[in-house]
Amino acid sequence: MIRHLLSIRDLDPDGIEKILATAASLADVGSRQVKKYPTLRGRTIVNLFYESSTRTRLSFELAAKRLSADVLNFSASGSSVEKGESLKDTAQTIEAMGVDCIVVRHKSSGAPLRLSKWVSANVINAGDGMHEHPTQALLDLYTMRQHFPSFAGLRVAIVGDVRHSRVARSDVLALQMLGAEVTLVGPPTLMPPNASSWGVELTAEIEEVLPKIDVVYVLRIQLERMEAGFLPSLSEYSRLWGLDSRRAALLKDDALIMHPGPMNRGVEVSAEAAELPRSVITDQVANGIATRMALLYLMLGGEHSVEASASA
Amino acid sequence: MDARDVTRALGRISHEIVERNHGASDIVLVGVLTRGVHLAQRLASRIKEIEGHEVPVGSIDIGLYRDDIGLREPSPLAPMSVPDIDGKTVVLVDDVLYTGRSTRAALDALIDVGRPRTVQLAVLVDRGHRELPIRADYVGKNVPTARHEEVRVHLGEVDGEDVVTLGEESPKEAVR
Amino acid sequence: MRDVLLKGGRVVDPAAGRDEVADVLLRASRVAGIAPEISSDDADVVDCRGLVVAPGFVDLHTHLREPGREDAETVETGSRAAALGGYTAVCAMANTDPVADNAGIVEQVAAFGRRAGLVDVYPVGAITVGLKGERLAEMGEMATSSARVRFFSDDGRCVQNAALMRRAMEYARTFDAIIANHAEEGDLAAGGQMNEGDVSSILGLPGIPAEAEELIVARDLALARLTGARLHVPHVSTAGTVALIRAAKAAGASISAEVTPHHLCLTEDLIRTYDPVYKVAPPLRTKADVEALRDALLDGTIDCVATDHAPHTQDDKEREWDAAPCGMVGLETALGVVCAEAGLDLTRLVERMSTAPARIRGLSGHGGPLNEGAPANITVFDPEAAWTIDAATMATRSRNTPFVGRELKGKVHHTIYGGRFTVREGRITNGQG
Repeated sequence: MIRHLLSIRDLDPDGIEKILATAASLADVGSRQVKKYPTLRGRTIVNLFYESSTRTRLSFELAAKRLSADVLNFSASGSSVEKGESLKDTAQTIEAMGVDCIVVRHKSSGAPLRLSKWVSANVINAGDGMHEHPTQALLDLYTMRQHFPSFAGLRVAIVGDVRHSRVARSDVLALQMLGAEVTLVGPPTLMPPNASSWGVELTAEIEEVLPKIDVVYVLRIQLERMEAGFLPSLSEYSRLWGLDSRRAALLKDDALIMHPGPMNRGVEVSAEAAELPRSVITDQVANGIATRMALLYLMLGGEHSVEASASA
Repeated sequence: MDARDVTRALGRISHEIVERNHGASDIVLVGVLTRGVHLAQRLASRIKEIEGHEVPVGSIDIGLYRDDIGLREPSPLAPMSVPDIDGKTVVLVDDVLYTGRSTRAALDALIDVGRPRTVQLAVLVDRGHRELPIRADYVGKNVPTARHEEVRVHLGEVDGEDVVTLGEESPKEAVR
Repeated sequence: MRDVLLKGGRVVDPAAGRDEVADVLLRASRVAGIAPEISSDDADVVDCRGLVVAPGFVDLHTHLREPGREDAETVETGSRAAALGGYTAVCAMANTDPVADNAGIVEQVAAFGRRAGLVDVYPVGAITVGLKGERLAEMGEMATSSARVRFFSDDGRCVQNAALMRRAMEYARTFDAIIANHAEEGDLAAGGQMNEGDVSSILGLPGIPAEAEELIVARDLALARLTGARLHVPHVSTAGTVALIRAAKAAGASISAEVTPHHLCLTEDLIRTYDPVYKVAPPLRTKADVEALRDALLDGTIDCVATDHAPHTQDDKEREWDAAPCGMVGLETALGVVCAEAGLDLTRLVERMSTAPARIRGLSGHGGPLNEGAPANITVFDPEAAWTIDAATMATRSRNTPFVGRELKGKVHHTIYGGRFTVREGRITNGQG
């Protein structure tokens, strides 16, 4: 298995399938009497979060704890980071404490990759700037897999602020790797520059796309985008690209509605659309734990690859 | 062992299980993935022939409970399904008993999902070289081996035919 | 001081129209003779067979960081780096702390240069006070100071205000000074971290479109036409800028332009590593831009190579991409990169590294011609030598260069500044020459 997960590009289709299959086997741990496996006893995992993110941090924390790893949480506020300690110094400090894995969330694109050069611990990217959020993509794939047997030919539309979205970058890479067809939908100001090089369809016409797809993946719209001049107003965005129940009715019967959270209800997705039976938004959250457990097991479980000891 | 040897051994073990437990009413068979599960299913159908009722069969993957995590490439996990084992007599079923470490892991996995009244161990082959204080209650065949040798159990469900072979260990093969 | 006899080298001196094997005799601080065969009994004879003897290189774009960031570079360490790179003159950019926007600072920088005594250090004056782009710095005071500033730039910052830039150009004409503007339209480039394109799109780094540079260059070319000023376009990085300059020159504009060694060979693809050693301003662009820049340097659309030597400490550079400052050091690797990458014949190479920049800045003592009586500012180098630079032996105080460990071609053997060896056999002489 890989040493670091910094980008979906670190994985190949087999690696992704291995993670998804393992996640499926781990999914029931939450319903067991003992909600825990002893697998990573004695391993230490640090959640190094330079950006606040309750759900991703909790998901990683729970995943690690269910595998019996020790978990430390290190958030940038109130720490030495605020006193000007550099990422490299912080990384080496954590490393010196004998940590096996660093889960890092950072506002700067590429920070996890830089970090991985300075430490011997495994590094997992929990979201870096506008670059990638690979574990989100894995849990998204897992969620889609629960409803569709194959990704080949699966049609997925990603709607909204793709330009600023690390989730979209990871999802597009992962879906393309597995043979899905991706369409990006939204105003041109929120499409990535040179998106033509992504190998995806691009359109501003959401209502033409919705009837043709298997999954509509709605991205969060942030207020700052309007302030920075990418959008005239949130209400105009909502009117032109928001997923409301009228638009959701255009979807095929078995199509899924997904969102990485947290949602701005009434902006990119209406409350009614988010609560339709075909919405799997809460499943995504639940699936995050099993997916991250699978990743931790596969990454940390095999690190010190000594000659396999015979045992039966 | 050839296919008929395997069938005969499983038949005998089925009888021994029923005999020792005075019937099959409280028995749950739990196979250790992958081949242990198929063996458990075969035992269950033989017990049904003997006793006339279904014995629940479960499966466990010991990947998360191994004591060599970090020493070898982790294998992808298979789904586990263990029926209610609280207060039951669980017969763990595995293909080969060797160091005992897999059985230790299986016991831990089992205890995390319930509290059986008793746990017994059935194996098709016991090849010796125990490293832990574990012994089998039911053994298909005792096969004396050297450490460098490898016992391979092939089952029709997985490998197309039933046969147990003894050969030189292939270094990369991870025996689960 | 003993005479020096450079024996048997190939003298390449575009200003004199010379490219021939000849001996060069130096006496005191000047060239005392050039002839096919000179013999001397008491001269210090230096075997230059197989080497090129050329006028010393001139860098129009050097950041020496002093005053203010002596932890990254000083005039002295930067001068040593320049000498090792074959330079005999450098233009020290104004973005120091405090900014070189007044006579006091430029005189101080010039004095540091004289004290180091390894190259001529010509301070560049800021166009605007504090580089803020708000009001003109005292260009006249700087021009008439003992530093005799004839080159103004807010380098590192772009003068965004067109009216202010016009005034600066008009004002600079008074002193026949050249004026350079770091071309980057501020609103288009706001928040930008690298070239905008396929790679930035994938990396999730905000892009700076080529047009941010081209808009300002087009504007400044128009203002130069309006004012008659001598515009110099620094660190050209895009094919579009090349086209603008080519068109302006064809129309007879008296403008000049430079390109850095790194823009002649590195592309945005390297940023996939997120290693800030590749973070420069203007940003590394595409392969097509690199090719356009090479063509432009070859055909003279771009007049010269300038290093944009920009030292930064390891602490400053070893950070997250968006937190790291722009720039790489270049004085010691410029020749090696240009010989390896630019595809110039020797005459053009010397012209672009020495003759042209000396002419643009108006330095009569540099860039040749190396005729009898000319100041002995000379570089002796092997244009074919393959070598790699060792970080441990670099003279600059900083190490922010991606060229360590990369095979370079073209190595400086000796640098002679004012008749004395500043570098001999590839080593700084510490004034012992």
